[in-house]
Amino acid sequence: MTGGRILAVTIVAVTVLVVILGTAFPVPSVLALAGAEVGSLRTPSSPQAAVDNLVQEINRRDWSDAYDQLANKNEFTELDFVRDLNGAYFSLRSYASLDSFDLHLLHASADEAQVRLNLRWSSVVGTFEDARDLQVTRAGNQWQVAWPIVKEPRVPPQVIPVNYLRWDVIYRGAGDDWGEQDVESPHVRIVDMHPVDRGGGVVLLGELLNEDVVPAFVAMKATLLSKNGSAIATEDAFDKISHILLPKQVTPFRIDFPAVRLSQVDSIRMNPSSSLVAASADPVIEIADQKLDGLPEPSLTGKLVNQSGQIVNITHVLGTFYNSGGQLVWVSDGYANRALLPQTPISFTLQVPADLSSQVSSYRVVASPYSSTRFQ
Amino acid sequence: MKPGIAFTLAACFVAATTVFALPPRVGALELPKTVVAGNAFSVSTEGSGEAVLYIVGPGQVLRRKVQLGEEVLFHAGEVHNAGHYSVFLVGPSSTQSSEFEVTSTDQASTLSFLAKPSRLPVDVHDGISGVVYVLDAFRNLITQPTAASFELSGLGGAAQTRSAPTRNGVAWIELDSAAKAGNAQFLVHVDKVSEKRIVQEVPGDPCTLRMSARQSDGRIELETDPLRDCRGNTVSDGTIVTFTERYDGGETTVDVPLKRGVARTTVPAHDGSVISAATGVVMGNEIRWRSQR
Repeated sequence: MTGGRILAVTIVAVTVLVVILGTAFPVPSVLALAGAEVGSLRTPSSPQAAVDNLVQEINRRDWSDAYDQLANKNEFTELDFVRDLNGAYFSLRSYASLDSFDLHLLHASADEAQVRLNLRWSSVVGTFEDARDLQVTRAGNQWQVAWPIVKEPRVPPQVIPVNYLRWDVIYRGAGDDWGEQDVESPHVRIVDMHPVDRGGGVVLLGELLNEDVVPAFVAMKATLLSKNGSAIATEDAFDKISHILLPKQVTPFRIDFPAVRLSQVDSIRMNPSSSLVAASADPVIEIADQKLDGLPEPSLTGKLVNQSGQIVNITHVLGTFYNSGGQLVWVSDGYANRALLPQTPISFTLQVPADLSSQVSSYRVVASPYSSTRFQ
Repeated sequence: MKPGIAFTLAACFVAATTVFALPPRVGALELPKTVVAGNAFSVSTEGSGEAVLYIVGPGQVLRRKVQLGEEVLFHAGEVHNAGHYSVFLVGPSSTQSSEFEVTSTDQASTLSFLAKPSRLPVDVHDGISGVVYVLDAFRNLITQPTAASFELSGLGGAAQTRSAPTRNGVAWIELDSAAKAGNAQFLVHVDKVSEKRIVQEVPGDPCTLRMSARQSDGRIELETDPLRDCRGNTVSDGTIVTFTERYDGGETTVDVPLKRGVARTTVPAHDGSVISAATGVVMGNEIRWRSQR
């Protein structure tokens, strides 16, 4: 038998063995997330089993069964429970699905235990984590979870007067003469840009200013060119930029080129684009209590406060980090996973790479709000 | 008989029979060398019998059945695109050809006016360009030199007037934007024809930025003075003013758009905090906050 045949037979044998083991002894959390039926729920004979069962119900969005399992359901309604997990208003949570979870036993005695549950939700802009410390108590032979409810505040019915400022655009018609005047695109300018070699790739960091008096929808594309002038790669900033810029507003941008070395790059062709957009000057977002936390997990934390009366469904937060010389060293972003209600703070965290944290001397944070009723 | 002599005789025979068997030839064409676009003109033919007259020009082909020896009349408006035309008179056995030019009329009828940009800050030297293409009633470019008169008038100050002759149908100028913001009318006149564009002259960057602070319900209410550029124009609404409050171990920022020339917001009250404001590249005053107990 040749070496190739031996290898093939070995691979087949190992695969069959793994399939048998996986079928016979499935990992409960994987089984749950794979959409296993209710019958796969275990008897909650341990704190972990009780939490496991609860997460499975949550994953299946079987809110009623999940709520029924809880030890403290007399403290809140099923609707409160659903709103805690899904959000009371349309937000990233509304369409997020549970990607994975893990749990750690923090403390356990004969009748009660404390379990840290990390839920990782998957949304259209990436994953976000939801960590809860659960109190699990023994009731007879079974364990029950007390859910630490986070009651999302409700905005009391009221009328909030707003001096509304918005721009509408009328373009030239299709049948107009070629010399007919059209509205000018907003003038934008790159005020800072430099490439860095990072993580096996090239990262372009920069800032873009809307120097016009009208709002602009901006995008940023860059092409890395080699010494002979040929294009190595073209990428755009995607969501590492604030796409709507009001007059005199500055957005940071970051463009990642994985698997390209800076030594290969001779020059960079930047292609900022801007177009007129019907936009609103509201809502205004206050970014309060900004603090830079150092190692071991450097991050910028703060609170977002909606100063307007309009509910913000999704808030994108962009952080620009500078060194003591005022040079841009990193751009980081994140999303608030709950809707931003008027005058109701929501925390945010922007990660800073550990190796860069010592260089960071100052920072600037901008928030881009998206409301489902924005243009109504 | 030698082959060369036989071949020569045969060729002469074929030539003689061809000549004497042909019908009458198409005669010479007579037509003007230049025609003004849209004007009537005629083409004279010679000979007898029927033929077809083709006129091929830019974006236009005309075909007429004609009786040779008669004059063919083309009515006003039939040939209207300026340019070089070819004429072919195709008879049963031969073709005559000729050429002529169609020129634009010297009467301006339409102006294609390009005014750039449509929006610019006040007080920009040679910031506005106007380019006019002078066209006749048939949208032919009038290449003869023609005087074009440009006029830019805004809300305040005298109108800027400038004249320029067209070169090959095009005239252009550059003008300064006014010191006062507003919509300026940019007019061009050629003969009795005029065309208008609107140029939005917008305020420049704020000249100074000054804010005041006062306590309000446990927070600090911040408000800027009305923002003006260095020419005294009120800065455009929507312009972002960034308020920053720095205090022990923390910072609060708010990006506030100007409304009616003023930016207004509130920040948490922290005793000893330093509050600053900025818009674009312009920094405002700083306020050191002391709680008013």
